[in-house]
Amino acid sequence: MINVLLKPLENIVREFGRISMMLTESIYLAFVPPFKLSYIFKQMEFIGVRSVFVIILTGAFTGMVLALQSYYGFKKFGSEGLVGATVALSMTRELGPVLTSLMVSGRAGSAMAAELGTMRVTEQIDALTAMALNPIKYLVTPRIIAAFLVLPVLTVISDFIGIIGGYLVGVKLLGINEGAYIDKMIKFVELNDIYNGLVKSAVFGVILSIVSCYKGFYAKGGAEGVGRATTEAVVASSVTILVTDYILTSFMF
Amino acid sequence: MEDKAIRIINLHKSFGMQKVLDGVDLEVEKGKITVIIGKSGGGKSVLLKHLIGLIKPDKGSIWINGIEITKLKEKELNEIRIKFGMLFQEAALFDSMDVFDNIAFPLREHTKKAEKEIEKIVENKLKQVGLLRFGDKMPAELSGGMRKRVGLARALALDPETILFDEPTSALDPIISLTILELIKETQTDLNKTYVVISHDLMGMFRIADKVAFLSEGKIIEYGTPYEIRKSKNEVTMEFLNATKIPGFSGGEL
Repeated sequence: MINVLLKPLENIVREFGRISMMLTESIYLAFVPPFKLSYIFKQMEFIGVRSVFVIILTGAFTGMVLALQSYYGFKKFGSEGLVGATVALSMTRELGPVLTSLMVSGRAGSAMAAELGTMRVTEQIDALTAMALNPIKYLVTPRIIAAFLVLPVLTVISDFIGIIGGYLVGVKLLGINEGAYIDKMIKFVELNDIYNGLVKSAVFGVILSIVSCYKGFYAKGGAEGVGRATTEAVVASSVTILVTDYILTSFMF
Repeated sequence: MEDKAIRIINLHKSFGMQKVLDGVDLEVEKGKITVIIGKSGGGKSVLLKHLIGLIKPDKGSIWINGIEITKLKEKELNEIRIKFGMLFQEAALFDSMDVFDNIAFPLREHTKKAEKEIEKIVENKLKQVGLLRFGDKMPAELSGGMRKRVGLARALALDPETILFDEPTSALDPIISLTILELIKETQTDLNKTYVVISHDLMGMFRIADKVAFLSEGKIIEYGTPYEIRKSKNEVTMEFLNATKIPGFSGGEL
């Protein structure tokens, strides 16, 4: 019985150890020449630029629904003017970074796991090693750097669009007084709220990229194995992001 | 001067409970084609991957040009790997790059050659494998045989001393197989390199091999010239030979 409970725990601890080792190695390799800037730019384009549309959509609807929900709550005690501040605080501190990271891990993290997994099962990773090149430096390091740099930018977009969405619903649709809406927002949201959200998102970027790369890098068992790696990558990085979010938030605020 | 390119001494490797290599001893001569024959799933690929440190042995040692590679660190191992080329079973071309970039890749990473010079080398290699106008194709657009030819061109790119071949004729029709075999023989004779080939295609390998080693039950049970192997009285070898024998076909020159 104890064994049944301990086994999954043991696996989690082991995976955590291996992922940390891979992360340490890939960070170390980022400082060892030759530097592969073009690889990083390519990944930034893939993780960042191509996620913009989905981030705009998610951000807009999150901001809009937040305005809608909080309006009904605040209306009960006549403080609709706080809707703007609520939307802005929720977006910058929490929903912007978390939802952006979850969307990117679904979009780009799954692709990283699938690509690296395919490279593993078709021996392309072995081919790199056989050519005396370190596959972690070529495949993992650029993805981690790119995600680390790009996630905060995407989060800024998400925050901004979410606030706009909240404004449109709150002021234009529900008729909240524009002056109160914006005034309360400016009064309650501090720069620190935004900064902390951005720091979180950079950490989430590292998490989603290292977890996805790790899952793909050690995929085995042909097409089925690649499929499994992809699913595990998204599930594991999403769960890790949410857990880390709690830990970081409790330290930051 | 060491006349053996590779010495494998008492090599053991298990995966879990499964014993794959159980004391392999083999010497590979310089400037010759050595073919390692054995059943599918008999550990040939595992043996080959040991030679460039892709897999570490449980016991035993491998010496390359007098250096024991089984004890080397990754960095020192890379200095050995650079002198090797490898053609993987499915060619293992990078599918994010076109044919030209695949062949140019090791040159760009390991040499300081100018792009013009690299272009010349790649074209030369493509010509060697008969794919001169295929440089801008993506690997997914190529047939299995073409991919292997590109793989060979990539393996030749850095002019390595030794090239390893993992099942170069598997999953190819007999005519394409023959072209690949001829290409292997041609490049080896022209450049006088050491080739190690693993395969279960016995008849095909007799066409190109200088020496044949027979891997069975994790050990080398026979070693000799193709002629000696064909005259072998060893039971396992005879069984293998009989299974591939076609009446009236002698299977290449003796």
